[in-house]
Amino acid sequence: MTAEKEVKLLGLWASPFVIRAKIALALKGVEYEYFEENLRNKSELLLKSNPVYKKVPVLIHNGKPICESMIIVQYIDDVWSGVGPSIVPSDPFDAAMARFWSHYVDDKWFPSYDDVVNGETREAKIDASREAMAVLQPLEEAFEKQSKGKHFFGGETIGFLDIALGSYLVWIKAGEKITGLEFFDKLPNLSAWAECFWAHDVVKAVMPEVDAVVDFAKKIQAKFNSPPPPTN
Amino acid sequence: MASDDVKLIGAWASPYVMRPRIALNLKGVEYEFLEEKFGSKSELLLKSNPVYKKIPVLLHGGKPICESLIIVQYIDEAWSGHSILPSDPYHRAVARFWGHYIDDKWFPALTGISRAPTDEAKKEAIEQVFAGLKFLEEVLEKSGAGKPFFGGDTIGYIDIALGSHLGWLRATEKLSGLTYLDESKTPLLVCWAEKFSAHEAVKCAMPETDKLVEFAQMLKAKFSAYIDALSPSITLFSSLNYICSL
Repeated sequence: MTAEKEVKLLGLWASPFVIRAKIALALKGVEYEYFEENLRNKSELLLKSNPVYKKVPVLIHNGKPICESMIIVQYIDDVWSGVGPSIVPSDPFDAAMARFWSHYVDDKWFPSYDDVVNGETREAKIDASREAMAVLQPLEEAFEKQSKGKHFFGGETIGFLDIALGSYLVWIKAGEKITGLEFFDKLPNLSAWAECFWAHDVVKAVMPEVDAVVDFAKKIQAKFNSPPPPTN
Repeated sequence: MASDDVKLIGAWASPYVMRPRIALNLKGVEYEFLEEKFGSKSELLLKSNPVYKKIPVLLHGGKPICESLIIVQYIDEAWSGHSILPSDPYHRAVARFWGHYIDDKWFPALTGISRAPTDEAKKEAIEQVFAGLKFLEEVLEKSGAGKPFFGGDTIGYIDIALGSHLGWLRATEKLSGLTYLDESKTPLLVCWAEKFSAHEAVKCAMPETDKLVEFAQMLKAKFSAYIDALSPSITLFSSLNYICSL
């Protein structure tokens, strides 16, 4: 398909936001050209494609840029709607719930996990982890209703909310290695979900190595004294 | 979907509540508006939105949907008729992007003016607001091609996302003396603002500027012990922050 060759993704290997776009593209079996950006030296293409935020990910399809990770995911689902699994639920209420919880992930969860990454000592990271776990409690409770008894928030297959939250799993696992804490210890639904998500073929193929993220987190912290991870 | 039970929990002064009201009007959906009492949150609101405890909340057949732009998308999907989001995937993505930008960057810049700790920071916040309006002027020019709205001939998603803030923007202009929608800077937006406000689906949902000014002054009087030193525009933005916390 000629259209598929015209798909480019600008990203950063460790960014959960970029991972979201990668998962969506992989679910739909879309081939694309990937461009790794350097935050300290952003490409002309990135600055031209996302002049408002100058951030990754940016999906460029047939020369047209699409920005903001979950907007990119919805776009991929819309364009390749006949291919692979549906990402956004077709029922309007289910779609609204998936969007609501994805918004919650970005609005409440991401800043709380940012504190874990930025914690200057192991103790600070542990405290921040406990706070972050508390932020996930509403999602833990919502899981049963959203999943309708299946493995994923999207039901039988990975869906919109799975992608929104699951993209963070590599950072959560990196955090577990650094702190020694078992993150989903008191969140059994999310623990089971995380296992299924992590084991999914598509996820396995796009997720970076946990150790690489651990190294990356430590390097940034050492060099810049606790800056935030790549963000979108 | 005939005989739907549709309720909207909201407050007259909230720009976020205006959004689903416009969307429902565009679809010709009848609904019951449940006005929250000033200073307290109803049991229904707390039960329907336990996560954020904020308005608006749409109740459709008893099921709650929260977050204003998510509600607008829901309304667009649940009812046929007037299309709010474009049908083309790329244009949908563009519309969602600008809706996100308005809530993520532009509006916080506007309310941030009052919170700016220094004159320098205040100047920067004001510049951000104008920069945002410039972006949106370009979007209107691109998508408009001479059409009155971001959605073309009819009101669409971006129109609703931005237009819902016009009431407070005008109230701010009145009290601060600063013109944000300036014909010399963003002529298309000035024209758009008039047409949007006059639209059938918007008129009944748009709060009167003078009433918003009164409301802001009432809030200031009520909380005067805490905000005595604030200028009128700051009062307004504090009121807006208060409204957004509802």
